[in-house]
Amino acid sequence: MTSDFLISPSFILIFGAFLLPVVSGWARSALVLALPLITLGAIWQVGDGVQMTVQFLDYELELVDGSNLSRLFATIFAIMAFAGGLFALNQKRVIELSAAFAYAGSAIGVVLAGDIITVFMYWELMAIGSTMVVWSGRTPQAGRAAMRYALVHLFGGVVLLVGVIAYIQDTGSIDFTLMGANSFATWMILIGFLINTGAPPLSAWLPDAYPEASWSGTVFLSAFTTKTAVYVLLVGFAGEQILIWIGVYMIFYGIVYALLENDMRRILSYSIINQVGFMVVGAGIGTEMAINGAASHAFTHIIYKALLLMSAGSVMYMTGGKRKCTDLGGLFQSMPLTTIAGIIGALAISSFPWTSGFVSKSMTNQAAYDTEMMVVWLCLMAASAGVFLHAGIKFPWFVFFQKDSGLRPKDPPWNMKAAMILFSFLCIWLGVQPGPLYALLPFPTDYEPYTSAHVYEMLQLLLYAGLAFFVLLPLMKRKLTITLDFDWLYRKLAVDSAASIAVTISKLLGGCVWLRDNLVNAVIDLASHHHNPKGILARTTPAGVMMFWVVVVLFAYLVLYLFV
Amino acid sequence: MSEEKKTPEQKAPLLDVNGEPMHWLVRPTTIKLLWIGGIALLAFVTWLGTTVHPHATFGIEGTLGFYSWYGFATCVAMVIFAKLLGLGLSKKDTYYDK
Repeated sequence: MTSDFLISPSFILIFGAFLLPVVSGWARSALVLALPLITLGAIWQVGDGVQMTVQFLDYELELVDGSNLSRLFATIFAIMAFAGGLFALNQKRVIELSAAFAYAGSAIGVVLAGDIITVFMYWELMAIGSTMVVWSGRTPQAGRAAMRYALVHLFGGVVLLVGVIAYIQDTGSIDFTLMGANSFATWMILIGFLINTGAPPLSAWLPDAYPEASWSGTVFLSAFTTKTAVYVLLVGFAGEQILIWIGVYMIFYGIVYALLENDMRRILSYSIINQVGFMVVGAGIGTEMAINGAASHAFTHIIYKALLLMSAGSVMYMTGGKRKCTDLGGLFQSMPLTTIAGIIGALAISSFPWTSGFVSKSMTNQAAYDTEMMVVWLCLMAASAGVFLHAGIKFPWFVFFQKDSGLRPKDPPWNMKAAMILFSFLCIWLGVQPGPLYALLPFPTDYEPYTSAHVYEMLQLLLYAGLAFFVLLPLMKRKLTITLDFDWLYRKLAVDSAASIAVTISKLLGGCVWLRDNLVNAVIDLASHHHNPKGILARTTPAGVMMFWVVVVLFAYLVLYLFV
Repeated sequence: MSEEKKTPEQKAPLLDVNGEPMHWLVRPTTIKLLWIGGIALLAFVTWLGTTVHPHATFGIEGTLGFYSWYGFATCVAMVIFAKLLGLGLSKKDTYYDK
């Protein structure tokens, strides 16, 4: 083992997670806040190139391999763990916090990994940690959703493992570097990665599982799995054309399904797929501008999506678990801070000028524009308007405004408010001062987001999307419905088919039982008929009867003798 | 007489669902003002868009008020598409609980 570090930054959170259950009270709170900050400090000590290796079988694993891109992702993961921990200080279920920290540490492990084996190992640790976070919702629905989530991710893990083994066989190298989808091995790796982005056809795992976690668990879940997947796409498959169209599909899938959705956290979950779609498009375009766009978008998205889910989590926390738009409304009157935080998150996700989304997502649009991909650019512009429609207005409108539900919950406890204030501040600060974010990007950039033309364009696009929302409000009226997705195949068709097969087999077996019973009964009846005490073969008969039949036989013999 | 009857009704405070005075932001007069202000803002930003002349790489981008009409039209299209999809795929939210 060679190392410039005592331990990998990821280990701080992973091993720290196991300390949380053994302390309580203020010590646990202090640990929850300190572990991510120590991790952040360690991440900023990571230089370029391989920093830490360990021998595993015949391979030298590169546990820490620094680059601008990996430090950017690791930094935001650590910040997210801090804010998520602050928000979740009131969470009584310590197992959720432990799982979330192990999950965050594993995500940091993926983005700092220099080889494909290390990526895979942390990838699977992430699956376990995130499954535990979903399961910590501790409802029957959460338990079932966690099981489905685990199955999808373990399937993705198996596909990835097949790819990793085949890749090592093909190339003899374990380096995790730009590979491109050009062989069976790399296709398997790409599919394994894409499953974690929420790409079709398995997108439904995300809106199925994330909303079932607790009020604090979903905040953690929104950040790590999909963004590590974006990271590995940027490293391994930048410029892969198919990603552009997969990303475009994800963008519109997220919008359309969110428009039909009633559950506020499912709206935000579909919105994650929509946003990750932009990043996947950026990875597909693959230019320096596009990669910068996808990376900076991942950074800002983690902040504003967590902020949106914190505001949704606060509503849940203070209303006793209400999360359907049909049950909510009018909350701005008693939850002003939560409302403002939700609105700031909504404006940031919509790329409103002077918010973090404007200075990050726009770079991907610009990359499509610069490379003269007109159809892609038109899709991205339409989708930018659509984001405002489904998340920018719909979420705050139906939760905090619309019809008055009569609910008057207060703003949540101080720590939850502090987490929302922190992320609200970051959404605006990064929007107004993008320089520090741009300095962290993988490629040097002179991108200037605040040109008059760009600001006016975006204002027009978004405000007219707002007009469309209010003009079409009657069509947006919420109902107690869900929208079927590809998960119908394994949640309904497969289950019903299995039940149907079970019934058929049961009937068949029942028929066999009927046949068996009747056959045996018939034999028993026959035997009984002849051998019961009165049966012809078993009954006792008087001597006179025997004499009678002897006389009959002799008489018959006499007749035959005389006349035949 | 009729005016005298209307006066006390007009002056009665609007109440919300809890019977409390309605928040100023959701009163019908405020909403009307918000609509007027919103439409004025829309007209203003469309006008702002015409004051700058970026080089249009794509032809469609040069059309009058492109970002205004494109934002509105694509959102209407997405909502209608979603509604049509919902006709076939929407189920009661207890669908999977059976």
